[in-house]
Amino acid sequence: MWITRVVSVALLTLGLAAGPAAADSTPSASPSEDGAAPTSAGTSFRTAAEIDQGRTATASASAGDYLYWSFPADTGQRPTVRATVRLPEAHAAQTWQIDVYDGLRRRQACQYGAQTRTAAAGTASVELACVLRTVRSWSEPWANDPLPGTYYLRLTAVGVRTADLGQPVTAEVRVESKEIGGSAAVDGRLAKPLVPGIAVTSQRDEDTSETSAVLSGIEPDDGWSSGWWSDRWVWTASGAVLAALAGIGGYALTRGSGRPPRVPPNA
Amino acid sequence: MIRKRRSATGLGALLALLAAGLAFPAGAVADETTADAPKVNLVLDVSGSMRARDIDGQSRMAAAKQAFNEVLDATPEEVRLGIRTLGADYPGDDRRTGCKDTAQLYPVGPLDRTEAKAAVATLTPTGWTPIGPALLEAADDLDGGTGSKRIVLISDGEDTCAPLDPCEVAREIAAKGIGLTIDTLGLVPNTKLRQQLSCIAEATGGTYTSVEHTDELAEKVNQLVERAANPVVTPVAVEGAARCAKAPTLKSGLYTDRQEFGQERWYRVDVAPGQELRASVSVAADRAVNPDYGVLLRAVTEHGREIVRGEAAGNGRTDVISTGLRYPRPDSDDDEAPAETVCLRVTNSFSAASGVKTTPGMPLELTVDVVEGPSQADDVASFGLGRGWWLLGVLVLTGFLAGMVWGWLSRWRVAVWRTN
Repeated sequence: MWITRVVSVALLTLGLAAGPAAADSTPSASPSEDGAAPTSAGTSFRTAAEIDQGRTATASASAGDYLYWSFPADTGQRPTVRATVRLPEAHAAQTWQIDVYDGLRRRQACQYGAQTRTAAAGTASVELACVLRTVRSWSEPWANDPLPGTYYLRLTAVGVRTADLGQPVTAEVRVESKEIGGSAAVDGRLAKPLVPGIAVTSQRDEDTSETSAVLSGIEPDDGWSSGWWSDRWVWTASGAVLAALAGIGGYALTRGSGRPPRVPPNA
Repeated sequence: MIRKRRSATGLGALLALLAAGLAFPAGAVADETTADAPKVNLVLDVSGSMRARDIDGQSRMAAAKQAFNEVLDATPEEVRLGIRTLGADYPGDDRRTGCKDTAQLYPVGPLDRTEAKAAVATLTPTGWTPIGPALLEAADDLDGGTGSKRIVLISDGEDTCAPLDPCEVAREIAAKGIGLTIDTLGLVPNTKLRQQLSCIAEATGGTYTSVEHTDELAEKVNQLVERAANPVVTPVAVEGAARCAKAPTLKSGLYTDRQEFGQERWYRVDVAPGQELRASVSVAADRAVNPDYGVLLRAVTEHGREIVRGEAAGNGRTDVISTGLRYPRPDSDDDEAPAETVCLRVTNSFSAASGVKTTPGMPLELTVDVVEGPSQADDVASFGLGRGWWLLGVLVLTGFLAGMVWGWLSRWRVAVWRTN
């Protein structure tokens, strides 16, 4: 009996360890070399510069410009957008802001982070951050939950004096994601990610192989997730194994040696 | 099988739509850009004030020439570049003549670098600053073609040819053509110039930069020319109606329209069963507007029932306000079920700041995507699976209790069997 118990305890610990371990093993956007990051930004949704997660994109611009970048975010990710604006030596107080929009150009709320910040006169730089909500694979059409697809990032000075308009500034943005894992795995999924112009793009792919401008040609490094995998499979399966083992344990406990106590040993 | 067949009919429909799109220019092929090269027109102020020697110790004119030489060397092959001057020829005092003084120095077309440089070298600072007329002419230079168009205006003084407000001129130009952007560069840190040039830039979605050094000037103009060379989807012009019944029917694509303050715009989109409609709209504030504004996009049935809406409101300085919506149409058991017409209604709640003209309307951009519908959620959790320590605890406890009961049962059965 003790062998069963030892084995079951071992399996138990194994199974329990597997759950959380699998939750962390999903690939996350690893910060890679900054080689292919764009060095300029777009000036509208249509011209937004496409950046990958984990890369630092830079742009030189003028105070008062509206700078746009776009990045892909997939199911289960919780993107964090960080921006640093380096200001010229002499300037009055300026308020800078980042806004994040999803593939439908709906504004996405920041859970926390300094989305708007005022740089006092003469400050060399201002840092902004925005932590988005976790991207879900599906939501009701009446909700504006973040869905997998393209996200737009707009950086601009919302409060700037006329005297400071047009002054050269440089901006640096970086998007990183935390993998939230199975706790955010919801049922249902979109047939196509929320990428603007995807209907036109896929239609053209069927017709010809010519390449021309697309509204958003963005995709995560390892493609869009199919959406069926989550660590909930591991939790549920290990739960089943544990339940079976506990069942055997309970059985062994009450079944005894197989000999009823009232029956004499030599009967 | 049913799903397969449906997607095949969907493909047929798509091909039919494509054919229709080729027949009508305003159809689904909203983004043919490769057909035409991007065009850039550099508009240089050659007014008398360009003689002032305040840029890195040399005259503004010399700085501009040096920068132009660098820009001409770095211009990408595919860009059609032209140069227009303002105030280059008439040195006199007659305002009327001076305000017509704008000339094409180098025509918009394939670039011959030596020729262009030679033309730039001949310039000497001379006359007035007719920005408005120069912009009008510059826009005419760029006429034709479907590629992106960009005017880069370099000036050192505000317009001296009132009452034609260059800012309104810019707005008119933007309202006429599609995809024309005006970027402005100011050579003097002067408040009035700043206001005027940034107003021109904002009217067309361009940028304003204040330049104080030669290298900054060259770098910025290069950046703008390169920006023009980036392939961008060109939107298709469409005119929304005041009622759904008369609205134009749109296919997947990118569209542009003009919307006045408080005006309604209606469009129609056909959505087949099992398809999802995705629409987003942005209305650009191309003039001074009051600081609180919003946009509302509603998807309404032909009978006026609202299906879903997207709304956004904002406050403070902005270029656009945008929102979007998604409408997945449920799958139908009937393969012959007709496509439903969804009416899209766009309204904005911008209000013009005092003294600002309300015409032409503000630029409106609409994207429409009709894609395959999502798979519906049957449960909150993915596939109804469980997760977490509570789940494990419950499963282990239940398994253990079940095992115990089973153990007791078999013990009891053995006992019964033995006694018998």
